Amino acid sequence: MATRYFGAPVQRLEDPRLLRGKGNYVDDIDLPEMLHAAVLRSTHARARIVHIDAGAAQALPGVRLVLTANDLGELLEPSPLLVPHAALTQPRTQLPLARDEVRYVGEAVAFVVADNRYIAEDALDLIDVEYEPMPVVHSLAVAAEQGGPLVHADVPGNAAAQLAQTVGDPDSVFASAPHVIHETILMDRGAAMPMECRGVLARWDAHESMLTCWISTQGPLPIRNGLAAIFHLPEHKVRVIAPDVGGGFGTKIMMFYPEEILTPLAAIQLGRPVKWIEDRREHFISANQERSQLHEVEYAFDDAGILLAVRDTFLHDTGAYTPYGIIIPIITACTLPGPYRLRHYASEFTVLYTNKVPVSPYRGAGRPHAVFVMERIMDRIAQELKLDRLEVRSRNFIQPDEFPWDVGLNYQDGGPTKYDSGNYQAGLDKLKALLDYDNFPVLQAEARKQGRYLGIGVGCYVEGTGIGPYEGAMVRVESDGRVFAATGVTTQGQAHATTFAQIVADQLGVRPEDVLVTTGDTQAFNWGVGTYASRAATIAGSAMHLAAVKVREKARQVAADLFEASPDDIELADGKVFVRDAPHRALTLGQVAISANPLRYAYGENARKLMTMKLAGTRPGPALPEERGSPGLEASAFYSPPHGSFASGVHGAIIEVDPTTGNVTFMKYAAVHDCGRVINPVIVEGQVHGGVAQGIGGAFFERLVYDEEGQIINASFMDYLLPTAAEVPPLLVDHVETPSPLNPLGVKGAGEAGVIPVPALFASAIDDALSPFGIRIREMPLHPCRLYELLHEAQQ
Amino acid sequence: MQERDDDFSLCVEECEIAVTVNGNRYERSVPVRLLLSDFLRHELHLTGTHVGCEHGVCGCCTVLFNGEATRSCLMFAVQADGMAITTIEGMAGVNSELHPIQQAFREKHGLQCGFCTPGIIMTVHAMLHEHPDPTEDEIRHELSGNICRCTGYQNIVEAVKLAAERLRAPQMEVE
Repeated sequence: MATRYFGAPVQRLEDPRLLRGKGNYVDDIDLPEMLHAAVLRSTHARARIVHIDAGAAQALPGVRLVLTANDLGELLEPSPLLVPHAALTQPRTQLPLARDEVRYVGEAVAFVVADNRYIAEDALDLIDVEYEPMPVVHSLAVAAEQGGPLVHADVPGNAAAQLAQTVGDPDSVFASAPHVIHETILMDRGAAMPMECRGVLARWDAHESMLTCWISTQGPLPIRNGLAAIFHLPEHKVRVIAPDVGGGFGTKIMMFYPEEILTPLAAIQLGRPVKWIEDRREHFISANQERSQLHEVEYAFDDAGILLAVRDTFLHDTGAYTPYGIIIPIITACTLPGPYRLRHYASEFTVLYTNKVPVSPYRGAGRPHAVFVMERIMDRIAQELKLDRLEVRSRNFIQPDEFPWDVGLNYQDGGPTKYDSGNYQAGLDKLKALLDYDNFPVLQAEARKQGRYLGIGVGCYVEGTGIGPYEGAMVRVESDGRVFAATGVTTQGQAHATTFAQIVADQLGVRPEDVLVTTGDTQAFNWGVGTYASRAATIAGSAMHLAAVKVREKARQVAADLFEASPDDIELADGKVFVRDAPHRALTLGQVAISANPLRYAYGENARKLMTMKLAGTRPGPALPEERGSPGLEASAFYSPPHGSFASGVHGAIIEVDPTTGNVTFMKYAAVHDCGRVINPVIVEGQVHGGVAQGIGGAFFERLVYDEEGQIINASFMDYLLPTAAEVPPLLVDHVETPSPLNPLGVKGAGEAGVIPVPALFASAIDDALSPFGIRIREMPLHPCRLYELLHEAQQ
Repeated sequence: MQERDDDFSLCVEECEIAVTVNGNRYERSVPVRLLLSDFLRHELHLTGTHVGCEHGVCGCCTVLFNGEATRSCLMFAVQADGMAITTIEGMAGVNSELHPIQQAFREKHGLQCGFCTPGIIMTVHAMLHEHPDPTEDEIRHELSGNICRCTGYQNIVEAVKLAAERLRAPQMEVE
């Protein structure tokens, strides 16, 4: 196999369209007769709904439909519980529209459809809802209070789930350990904030009895299957398309957001297309969020800085519902050991309901929290023993010859947490070089003389990626030689149309631009799950490879018959299929595709040329020989991994803290990343860059502040600050490549990596910069105001 | 309730406007409360101008308004009466070849999901017109009114540098 495009910095195939403003996001689609929807949302975090009067709204000219819970009939069912787990004993999911009670500010209460969005929003103002406010669970602390308010009256203690896992014998180790430290570590809420909010467009075609939905989602196939069940339609009569999606970062891997049911319902009822587009304010109070956890961690280590045991007990805030099960805290528990040889580990978590926006995975999904805790531990060990922080990490690293390494815990997919490959020291060495780590103390000392506070921080992590269950792909060569490929995963900016094309192009001897990839259209590929958990390149990419190999082999077989040669002597290159060492005995790939499809009526330029060529005549027997299986050059393949593959990395930064304001400036940021074999280095580096920026936001600016009434008081981009080009520093990125032995491409996931170690290294760097003040960071995010407070307290 | 209905009827009162967008003159009757962004997207079907926050922070809806980078979500369509607007659709050349700024974004992988990209390109266009030779700090400062959630800005900054360099070359000029 001549690999030409795998690993090459191929320019993205999707860009010319997007750069011209010719993208096709949900709100760009304009259908004849289309109506527009708006959602009335709860203004209370917890209240009984006493009465709803929608009469005035219904009477407003231009309003076509007003739906409240009582109008939903059999659709008034809680959303399905995704990823159930035995430990999730009290799951609760939300109704499409709240009926008796609301449990967070933003919960959908009524749905209005009108001639345009302006009128629909006017109508929202005319709906009169009488609420009877109830005590609010506005924090993890309140949720955990004995006899405190309850989010769900029938869930005692607000506890949705509890799960304990133990590796080794931590109790004995703690009993005899030379050093034991206990700390409380907090991570607060943030949100993914894709630049495109959510959106749904639904069209009901009464002639075809067909429902078509365009949804800004990461999982159209599960939504298709769910909508078919809800509306009692055959699956092939529901088509869900994720067109261009303006970022997802996890918050769009859900089913169902209420609007994903209400919009198609309205379209079916009204017989006209209905579009609902979320605005940013709505996104702040209705799109899922993440990150809030409170850890009580105890750790034991010896005089050499070897970590002996960890006991971590944490509370996880799931918001008002558990739509996505408990995979986030499971990932946290499994990610915490990181790249270190931790043989004695007790993890226990409790998932608590709060009157806040529901929680589902956001890029990193439980990992930044775990890495924050573990890296705090490593720094503290170094501090206690007066050792270098990186030296402590090196002493604890799992070594390259120790893979596969079984952490001993069950991962989010139910499989083992088993690291397939890695070389953590190699990454750390590269990072040290990028940061000029050994010379930093000089720089730091000089700055201190000038009254400036510089610090250096690092964060190491291992990231579970590429989990199952499976994905599939279809590859087809058409008669003009163009290649079409489709898969069930979606794209929200990861450039799958390019990377998958690279994978296919290598097998079929064509250029990536000759391969047209379709993602996220249930009519183009019927099987699969979605894009999440850094799995698309690994799982769908592997399926794409396997399908392309099948097509290649079939092309060789068909060409061998035509040339009366052995398939072993047939090669594919430059769009041609030819006999090795006899390049004049060649057909175009399109001609082979025509020959593979024994039609009575061939057409087109390729077919005309074929007729003039001297090729083997028709063989006796069926026109489509049994061994060929199917006509044409087309094949599907599926890939299901034995278990997740584990990417890794280490990031580091040099920062400057201004103690008079609490402001932090990044002077240098470096990331060394190992996602196995790299399909396209430019795209992978782009993923890392974006993750780091999101991580900087999450570590520094982005804290969703809920008041005691459960109101988010910074629900706008004026107040919830996303990092801009002025805050994100230039980033240095390098790679280590330890191929995964688990899949045919040797790849691991890269999507979430960048974000994961940022809180950890940020805390590490602040500690270092402010060591004269004796600051020890134990919370994230750390807004400059909060850092100023901590400094102020330290100086008292 | 009657009073409220009167309020609505005021808002939906229509006004005649004439706007030049990407060199084409459009005459339309629009409700006075229609946002310029909605006018461009849903009346003129120029959907390359995106709406990311509707409160003037994210910059996705940036267009050139008489040459200046402007948030189209913070303006009403009626305010554009008699004005000239350039949107992303007006950036490519007559033979639809990419504008040097667009080309630089392509070469430097300056976009991922593409949602913020049109707004950023319009901002960069105005920036390079004013400062043809910006430093990296100036580029980052000028870009700070446009939020990108995918790229971490690194490759956007690289693309702006490349575009600036090419546009400064004598054979090319910013339109």
